[in-house]
This record gives sequence, C-alpha cells and structure tokens, in this order.
Amino acid sequence: MSLQYVGLKEINGPLVVIDNVDNVAYDEVVNIRLEDGSIRIGRVVEISGKRAVLQVFEGTKGLSLKNTKTSFLGRPMEMPLSPELLGRVFSGAGKPIDGLGEIFPEKTADINGNPLNPVSRTYPRNYINTGISSIDALMTLIRGQKLPIFSGSGLSHNKLAVQIVRQAKIAEENGQGFAVVFAAMGVKNDVADYFRRSFEESGVLQRVVMFLNLSNDPIIERILTPRCALTAAEYLAFEKNMHILVILTDMTSYAEAVREFSSSKGEIPGRKGYPGYLYSDLASIYERAGVINGSDGSITQIPILTMPNDDITHPVPDLTGYITEGQIVLDRGLEQSGIYPPISVLPSLSRLMKDGIGENYTRGDHSAVANQLFASYAKVSDARALASVIGEDELSELDKAYMHFGKMFEKYFVTQREDENRSIDETLDLGWNLLSLLPESALDRIDENMLKEKYNPNAAELFS
Amino acid sequence: MNTVYSINGPVVKVKDTVDFSMLEMVYVGVKRLVGEVISINSDETTIQVYESTTGLKPGEPVTGSGMPMSATLGPGILSNIFDGIERPLKRIEEISGAFITEGADVSSLDTEKKYSVKVKVKTGDMLIGGDIYAVCPETPVIEHRCMLSPNLSGEVVWIAEDGDHTINDVVVKIKKSDGEIEELTLCQKWPIKQSRPFKTRLPINKPLITGQRVIDTILPIAKGGTAAVPGGFGTGKTMTQHQLAKWCDADIIVYIGCGERGNEMTQVLEEFSELVDPRTGKALTDRTVLIANTSNMPVAAREASIYTGITLAEYYRDMGYHIAIMADSTSRWAEALREISGRLEEMPAEEGFPAYLPSRISEFYERAGYVENLNGSEGSVSIIGAVSPQGSDFSEPVTQNTKRFVRCFWALDKSLAYARHYPAINWNDSYSEYMDDLSNYYEEKVNRDFLKYRQEITKILHEETQLMEIVKLIGSDVLPEDQKLVIEIARAVRVGFLQQNAYHKDDTYVPLEKQFLMMGAILNLYEQSKKAVTAGVSVRDILKTGLFERIIRMKYDIPNDKPDMFRLLNVEVEQGLKKLTQEVLAV
Repeated sequence: MSLQYVGLKEINGPLVVIDNVDNVAYDEVVNIRLEDGSIRIGRVVEISGKRAVLQVFEGTKGLSLKNTKTSFLGRPMEMPLSPELLGRVFSGAGKPIDGLGEIFPEKTADINGNPLNPVSRTYPRNYINTGISSIDALMTLIRGQKLPIFSGSGLSHNKLAVQIVRQAKIAEENGQGFAVVFAAMGVKNDVADYFRRSFEESGVLQRVVMFLNLSNDPIIERILTPRCALTAAEYLAFEKNMHILVILTDMTSYAEAVREFSSSKGEIPGRKGYPGYLYSDLASIYERAGVINGSDGSITQIPILTMPNDDITHPVPDLTGYITEGQIVLDRGLEQSGIYPPISVLPSLSRLMKDGIGENYTRGDHSAVANQLFASYAKVSDARALASVIGEDELSELDKAYMHFGKMFEKYFVTQREDENRSIDETLDLGWNLLSLLPESALDRIDENMLKEKYNPNAAELFS
Repeated sequence: MNTVYSINGPVVKVKDTVDFSMLEMVYVGVKRLVGEVISINSDETTIQVYESTTGLKPGEPVTGSGMPMSATLGPGILSNIFDGIERPLKRIEEISGAFITEGADVSSLDTEKKYSVKVKVKTGDMLIGGDIYAVCPETPVIEHRCMLSPNLSGEVVWIAEDGDHTINDVVVKIKKSDGEIEELTLCQKWPIKQSRPFKTRLPINKPLITGQRVIDTILPIAKGGTAAVPGGFGTGKTMTQHQLAKWCDADIIVYIGCGERGNEMTQVLEEFSELVDPRTGKALTDRTVLIANTSNMPVAAREASIYTGITLAEYYRDMGYHIAIMADSTSRWAEALREISGRLEEMPAEEGFPAYLPSRISEFYERAGYVENLNGSEGSVSIIGAVSPQGSDFSEPVTQNTKRFVRCFWALDKSLAYARHYPAINWNDSYSEYMDDLSNYYEEKVNRDFLKYRQEITKILHEETQLMEIVKLIGSDVLPEDQKLVIEIARAVRVGFLQQNAYHKDDTYVPLEKQFLMMGAILNLYEQSKKAVTAGVSVRDILKTGLFERIIRMKYDIPNDKPDMFRLLNVEVEQGLKKLTQEVLAV
C-alpha cells in the first residue's frame, strides 16, 4: 500500500491517533516516517470509524503532529523465517542487529500466532535430563513443558538457566536437532552478554537465536520480543522438527511493559495496576509451548521472572503459576547460606512430571523417592520451626533426625557445582541414601518391598 | 447493510442500526467471525466477537442470525471435544491443521453419521414439550432420547420408519394447535444463556459418590448439588477435578476446560479414552463431553464455554440422566467477564470485576439441581467449579462470591500440597452443607453407624488442630500420654484415611463400604490404644508394635473387593494391644 497519510491528530505516550484514514485493519502494521527521514514501526490497536489509534514500538520521542507520514502496510506484524535464523541476533522487534544483513525468508508468519488446537497436541512425556539433582528428581523437566524459574533480583537464576541449557544439550543426542531461542526483555546489557558468552563457551552459539530488548531499548518493543522469539521457535520446532528450548528473561519486565502500554491507553487497571487481561496476555505467550501430532519437534519454555520483593503472590508470578506447568522457585535464604542452585524444593513443582518418570523413562522407584523426599523435607521445616522456639537440644529423637536429614539434603542433594552433571541414577541413589538417615518407620510414602530393597542402614557413614 | 464502525480487541461496534436484538448471534466481517450482541442503544450496537479480530476493517459487513447464541443439541455430543461455542475441535483440525484459524464455519455435530433410530410415538399421539419422540444409541453406553423442544406441542401426523438416520433427517412431523406442521429432526437448538425448563425441583437427598474418602465421608456433595474447589496454583485443583470426573457416579460428565492449559485438555482426552469405566466396562469417553477453551483461545468464547457446557448438561438431564459438570476454572471465566467489561468501559466494582459478577455466578450455579423433567423423568445436574484465587487469597471477589452460592466448599491448602498430601483439601477450612440432607442415605444404604463414625473422626481431627497449637510452641514430648495418643491417631486419620493415592489401583477409588470399614478400623485402634494407655502402657511402646503403620497401610493392603479382611485386621489390633498391655504390666 503506497497511500501515505500526513500529520497526526494526537500523541500520548507510546500511542498516536490519526484521523481520516480508510481501509485500515485491526492489528495492521504501520510505517511512520519522521521529519528527519527515519522510520518507526507501529501497530493499529483501536479503530473507530475513520480514527485509528496506533502503538509505536520505538516510542514517540521526536514525533510531531505535522510532517509525520504514516503508511499502512495491510498485514499484521510478521517475522521472516528461515533456517538461517540459527546463530543470528535480532532486536526485540525481530530486526537483525548483528550486522550480517537481512534474513532471506523461506516464509513469513504473523508473530501473534494462532492458538494451538488442544486436539492436535501430543501430551508431553519425554523427560529432559538437566543433570541437576533437585530438578531431575523432584521437578522433572519434560520436553514440551513450560517451567518458569521464579527468582528474585540478585539470585543466580541466570547461572541456573545456562547450566540447564549446557547440560540439556548433552542429553539431546549430541546436540543434534537441538537449538535455543533466547529472548531478553528489559535485562541489562551485561546479563545478555553473560548469556552470549556462556552459549559460546558451551559451544551452542551457532544453534542459538537471540532476541534482545535491553533495559534501555523502547519499552513497547518489549511486548513484541517474546512473540517474535516464539514465532521463530514454532517454525524451527514444528516445521524443521527441532527440539527448541526457549528462554524468556525477564517476564516481570515484559509485564511492566504491558502495564505501561495499558495505562497510556487509559484502560481500567486490575490488581497492582496491571490490566485485567494480563492473564490472557501471558497465556498467549506461555501456551506456545508443547509437542504437536505429526511433528518430531518440540518447544520447551523456561521463562525467568524476578518476583518483586520476593513476593510469590505478586500478580506476575501468580498468574504465571496458573498458566505454566509448575515452577522452580529460588530462595534468598538458601542463596545467602551459599547453596547453589538455591532451589526451594517445597514450593517448586512440575505438573507434567508424573507421566514422564518411572519405569520406561527414568527409573521405577523415581516417584516413590520424590514423594518421600518432599514429604520428609516438609517435616524438616516443622522441626526447624520448633527448634527455633525450644532449642535444638529439646527436640525429640525423630525431630533431631529430621534436622540432620534437612541439613544433609541441602548440602549434598540441592547443592551442586555449576559444571556438575549428575546422571539420574546418581541422583536417585543419593536420594535413597539421604532418606536412609531417617528411621524406616518415618518413610510412609514408600512401598514396603521397595523400602526393604533400597533402605541403606549404613547411610549415616556416607554423610559424616 | 450494517457495517463495522469501531474495533477494540474482541469488542466491535456498529453505528445507527435497529436491526439487532440483545444477545443475538451475528457474523462479523468477510471472514464471518462469530459474535454476540451485548449492548444496544440508539446510536450504536456493541458486539463481542468470539474469535480473533486481527485484520478486521471498519466497513466490513455485519449480519444477524435472527436468534440468540445457541447450542445444537442432538446425538454426536458425547465423546466429542468442542471449543467454547460448540465447534468440534477435531473437525477444525481437519480443516485448518494444528493451529486454529478464524472464521472456521463448521457444524457442531456430525451431519453425515447415521444413527439407528427408533421412533417412540405413533400418529395421532398428542405431544407436549419434553416428550421423547425417538431414541437412538449415541454411544455404547448412553441412549440418546430426542425430546420435543419445551416450547412446542402438537399432534403427531407423520412418522419415519425406524432405521438409520442422520441428525438432520425428519423423523416425526407434528401439527401444532395453530395448524402449522413442524418437522422434527434428531437435533434442536437452545439458547445457551437460558436455562432449560423442568417441571419441578426435587429435594436433594442422594450423594454424588466420588470414591474419594475426604469428600464422600467428610465433605459430601449431593446429586444436583454445587461445590467449589478453590486453591492456589499447584494445590491440585485440576487433579481433584480429574479424579471426580473419572470416578463419580454420574451418568454423563461435562468437562469444561475454561481458560486453562492446552496440555491439560490433551491429558484428559488421552486418559479418558484409555480408561475403562468400571461400571459399564467401556471407555470413559463414551459418557464424557469435553469443552476446551484454553487460555490462549479467544477470551469471549471463554465466557461462552461455561454456558455451552451447562446447556449440554441440562439437555441430557431432560432425558433423565445424572450429569456432573467440572468447570475448570470459573475464575478464568470471571476474568473473561472482567476483560470484556473493561473493553466496554463499564464502571468496575471490586478489583476491576464488573458489578454484575455475583449475579452471573449465582445464575450459573442455580442451573444445578435435582429435578423432575417435563416428561416426568428424574435427572440432575451437579456443578463442581474450580476457583483460582489470585495470590491464593480466598478473600478475593470470585472466591467470596462463589462461596455465597455453593453449598460445598473444598478449600485446597498450599501446605498440604507442599507435603504432597493429596487430595490437599483442608478439613478445617472446608465445609459441606449437604450432610444433613444425605444422612438418611448414609444410614440406610451404607451403615447405621456411618454418621457416628464420621463424627468421631472429625472430632479427632479437631482435637489434633488444637493440640498442634501447643506442640508448635513446646514440642510433643511434654504432652500427657492420652494427648500424645490423639496426635498419633490423628496422624493415622490424615495419612491412612484422608490422604488418597490417585495412582494406586485400589486407592484411586474406594467404595463407601470400605470407607466405612476403614473408619471403623481406625476407631478400633484408637479405642484399644486408649485402653492400653489407661492401663499404663506408653504411646511410644504402642507405636513400636507397628500397628499404626498397619492401619495406615490398610488402604493398600486390603483390596476393595475383600472387605472381610477388616475383621482380621481389627482382631489383630485388639490382640496385639492386649498382649502388649500384659507384657508391660508383667514388668
């Protein structure tokens, strides 16, 4: 479409109103040419008769009511796709920024995607061996799952995400058909750089597609970043049959961008000023994970979000938890006592785990060990609470055993070196040995026969 | 011609028209997106569109359908999976592949499949609304009964021969009182926002048996009753709903996945088609209908999915079946209301929810009930709605308003879920108002002592809660022996009775009789231990006998079909403790 409209009616935050336009479609992309010749991209977010409201991704700085030329492109926001995406770096709006030129697209696709038909999904069952004991044993990551990391500012979520990528790659048949899509939203430049370097060191950089919207990049562009990234991921997974691991960081910055956009549009705010549709909006991102019938590829999502003030009931982690299939929660207390990865086991969960572990996947005793570890570790917190009131010496024998078990569990099971890759057998055996620190009668989640076979009465010596 | 004037997300407005009526279904744009009229004034008509409006332009045509948003009711509903506005998702997959595109115009039910129809009326019969005129086997376990629409009546003037017919074949013709001839096929339409009429409500006095001990015994729900399952994420709402859908003794299950995860619906689909229904010996899907409007599907259709689901349920109720609806989750539905209300710039009430939220919730739950149908048969619709409170805070508007309109409240608890105690229903925060209505059933059909036992079990749990306050402060060692025993027996109740393993072949569903015997075994242990403690035996010694562990494991050790083994267990407990008492006294 070559028709250009000159002049704007109103500018308000990231929104621009333009009058007397014809034949404009909802969600259509627009090019806005400034007086100095530079071009910005926007999108139609509301139409009323001949009046259209546009959202400008790069912000409205420098725009004037006069002399701004707008042309409507007649299509929704699209992303060029081709296998060449691998190894490239894009801006948050999907433009190459690594100086290697444009992509020669095999096809283009609407970045909003279409909802996946539940009938076409395959229920995810294959587990991903991350080599991290607490994740593999207790919140097993399944291929096709969306499992976020709930973290706080200053915790080691980035390190953990990198370790997952590095070790998951090894498990994927020497990295064949494995690729990473990395979307940074509002993170600092050095964080993005840390990821880039780590990918390079572990030799996956050629198999990474990066989308960078750093903290000083335009906020509205941030709304597009995960969508561009997932469009690329869907293409690689479902058309090129690859196993894609998508890392989205930081979803809290993303949600804040949505909030800023919503308030500039004058929408009625819901909790903490976030718009009422935040749930649907987040779902339109997280639900773009999974496995579909008739394709060998998969999309596994690991969104990272920092909980403001470490508050898990804040709208962003709260709504995320309702959409994703579990969560890995990091804990400041553990981090401060020097435990890496600081995974807080009790509130963490993998919903798809139950069908992806056991005989044909990991090991027959997996679910029993996991259940018992959870149940016993839950008792540890009771014992600790009691000890803080009456002192450790006054505890009953059983409670003392729990205290010891808790300490050893954190020291040997949760704690792990950054480059340590434990096999599932090592992890589960370690679990058994730790459980054997408790009297046999306290292990009420385990079948008697299994208990007889696996209980190790000499376990205490291992952890002295 | 009416055309689109403005577009804002799913809300579309048409200017200066008087052609539409309230709640009328309309087709919007050249892609013919399905929408519904939600407000009208002399200037403009507001429409909510059930599909994505990307690419829609002002000036595109809007056409009315002349009727309200309706569900198509007829054979072919069961074992199907629909989206929020009753479009079959399998059919959509055939048309548009794995990703759902807009404007897919498909008929709700399979119009080509032939059903073996038996006409149940003869010429000259007078029919009134609700009368059954034809039946056909819809699935191997459910007979479909075609009923005259509640608004019609007349004399049968023609019938088709028995045999194979599609849903659109005319099987009966009736002459209405005004002389007009009405052709009846196997299907009919009904507006989803209007409840289907019945003759009268009947008293609620039969339990909906679920095989879940904490529900059946402690917090029962009645057939025709309503229950809410609130809980933060990860507390097992969906798991609880799946268990109920699999095991409850309703004839038909309507499972509404409203704004939830896609993979969960896939799981329901897979699991239900593999599972064999213990009562019929056939696949569970034969008596199930799924409505899937996942969180990333259009928000307006999410609002409709709840109404579509309950309309299907009422239709089968009218045939004389008992239906259980699982709505997972009603909070997402309330959020859809909020989202649309926000787009309409309505004045918000609490937390941005519209002021009509309570009335919408109550309208929904009031469509449950145990009724006598127009045709004289009895049927029921029970609703079990999951609630996902924001921030796990039960004081938020959806939970609070739901609480006012349901009589059964199964509060899921985070700390129980963390300890992997499932079902994580907190016995202190939950309640059921149905126990009084159902007491006759339990006493007559299960055992005269059922309520007495239940009373004693809840008493133990209550005492434990009080004692735990003390234990938290000073530890359990300082308690007197009889109170230590209460704590131990309460543990047996919690772990041995309330906690239930959905993955164990026997424990996943437990018949009422075994539930009763299990209570009996625990109370027997309590009784005998109390005797021993009074005689001077310490609780520590009693625990050493391993009898408590025996009781806790009885749910696994005693198969559901061998209730006689409880007698042996009780004798074992009695003798074990007698022996112990003698030994201790001898020293």
